[in-house]
Amino acid sequence: MSFQEIFIQQLFNGLLLGSFYGLVALGYSMVYGIIKLLNFAHGDIYMVGGFCSLSLLAFFGRTFIGNGWLGIIAAMLITMIIVGMLGVIIERVAYKPLREAPRLSLLITALGVSMVLYNSVMVITGGEYRAYGTGLGYEGFAIGSVFITHTQAILIVAAVALMLILHLFITRTMYGKAMRAISMDRDCCRLMGVNVNKIIALTFFVGSTLAASAGMMAGVYYGSLHFFMGFVIGIKAFTAAVIGGIGIIPGAMLGGLLLGLLESFGTQIPFIGSEWKDVFSFSILILILIFKPTGLLGKKESERM
Amino acid sequence: MKEKQSGLQTAAAQAAKKQGNPLGELINKLYIFFDNKKNRYGAVLVVTAVLLYLPMVTSMYFMEVMTNIWFHVIVCLGLNIIVGFAGLLSLGYAAFFAVGAYTTGILILHYGVSFWLTLPVSVLMAVIAGLAIGGPTLRLRSDYLAIVTLGFGEITRLAARNMQITGRATGLVGIDRPALFGMALYKINHYYYAFFILAFLAIFISYRLQDSRLGRAWKCIREDEDAAEAMGINVVAVRLYAFIIGSVFGAIAGSFMAVKMTAISPESFLFTQSVMILLAVVLGGMGKIPGVILGAFAVVAFPEVFRGIGQYRMLIFGVVLLIIMIYRPQGLWPERDT
Repeated sequence: MSFQEIFIQQLFNGLLLGSFYGLVALGYSMVYGIIKLLNFAHGDIYMVGGFCSLSLLAFFGRTFIGNGWLGIIAAMLITMIIVGMLGVIIERVAYKPLREAPRLSLLITALGVSMVLYNSVMVITGGEYRAYGTGLGYEGFAIGSVFITHTQAILIVAAVALMLILHLFITRTMYGKAMRAISMDRDCCRLMGVNVNKIIALTFFVGSTLAASAGMMAGVYYGSLHFFMGFVIGIKAFTAAVIGGIGIIPGAMLGGLLLGLLESFGTQIPFIGSEWKDVFSFSILILILIFKPTGLLGKKESERM
Repeated sequence: MKEKQSGLQTAAAQAAKKQGNPLGELINKLYIFFDNKKNRYGAVLVVTAVLLYLPMVTSMYFMEVMTNIWFHVIVCLGLNIIVGFAGLLSLGYAAFFAVGAYTTGILILHYGVSFWLTLPVSVLMAVIAGLAIGGPTLRLRSDYLAIVTLGFGEITRLAARNMQITGRATGLVGIDRPALFGMALYKINHYYYAFFILAFLAIFISYRLQDSRLGRAWKCIREDEDAAEAMGINVVAVRLYAFIIGSVFGAIAGSFMAVKMTAISPESFLFTQSVMILLAVVLGGMGKIPGVILGAFAVVAFPEVFRGIGQYRMLIFGVVLLIIMIYRPQGLWPERDT
């Protein structure tokens, strides 16, 4: 392949990878913005979304709906609702009782939720890789000698569409306004008559929904799922959220795409093979946290412990 | 002193009567019994004697489990310095004992250095690792620190997996056993005593640290960082000490682990290992030394006692972690504030 074709190939891979990171990073960022919680379980929500959609798709495959595009869209919508509810339940059971507790307790609780989620899925699936069977073909189009399937192209479009819908939701609706207000001053919102608990639950719902959709897209793209896949993407999505500035919605999208591109081009640098890919992104995380912890779009703020 | 004690006794007795439950009464009686210094030291002596005598009467399997418990006591006390004393959440603690284990392993296997000489090198490497991780990150927010330590933990493991000198995915195999005064250490009982002595030292050092000027500074920072800074405590330096001391504990345990197992691989230092240690610390009560020892016992002994649980083990641990954080965040054996 010529240099140009490698470039296009990596650009495309990076965009696809980056849109998954971005979708998961959005949930991280929203939850962090609203209750200042680093939700370790978010990566596992993504994984649960993947498995949930897999079982739905397998079920649709046996009915008239089939596991083509119709089945995928139906499975996606139902998965998003189920996993969104799961996010709300997690918030109610695990995080709400600790809202006034020290940060350390909250972080350890989030870790506990993550353990419960991925170990439950491990027990259910027996810890095996699961093939993600769809009825989609491998037709596509070529740019030079770079071949892109229609599925891959549609995944990127879907991810971008979801991000846009979220952006409109946050900026144009009352609920979005309430979310932004709570992230500024929760007590003041309560005095102004905002139902804070409801909005926090809604934030978890929306964040989990996006993560679940990313989990499903990853399943369709990679063709297999594993119970531990949420762990690495959890750290990477956090990296993405931090790159853009945590708590800032467009920052999470930007950070996701940037990290995806960095990763796919980073593996092309000589001496950095794909086995160093994760080390590469974790190093980016650490460097950014050290040198610019507020992220690209963030403003400087002093911390209250 | 005597008056105060009798006052405590009556208060405890009253509380027991009011509750009227036999378990609460028993716990109160125990508290009163161990409040006496003589009784406490007597109990410690008896327990120590029993533990020293154990290898004479029990099976190899039991010794393996006990050795593993001592190993966990050491690393849990190390993590307790970071999480319990200094109040910093570290999620990559396995990296620290990976540093110790790999340093010893590489020096023995590739350079033929005597095991005892690798220990100071291992400590030095731990100090460097503690500085490298803590130095740039301790200024960050507490939750950023958690994810950075997690990232470092994974980087360490992945680096060990990808580098030639650490033996890539197979790790280091066939590390020579050490000898002490001409006696080769190869039996499980030898390692039982070695880890027992180390655990004893770890407990002793933890107690000395807890009551030292440094220990009080940690506690002060944990309770209120701004107030601590206003009192003239150098927050970053004091936290860095916690990181370094904690990592030295881990590295020494790792070095001994390397020669006990004679083989180490990147899979011994997974994220789940770090979480297990954290669970033990949280379970027993962060910052309370007897609690942490109890937690280490519980985390190792539980899967051994309930053999059948197999793959449910981590799931049960996760649920336990959640229940503790929600209903009893101070742990099973919490610190009593005076």
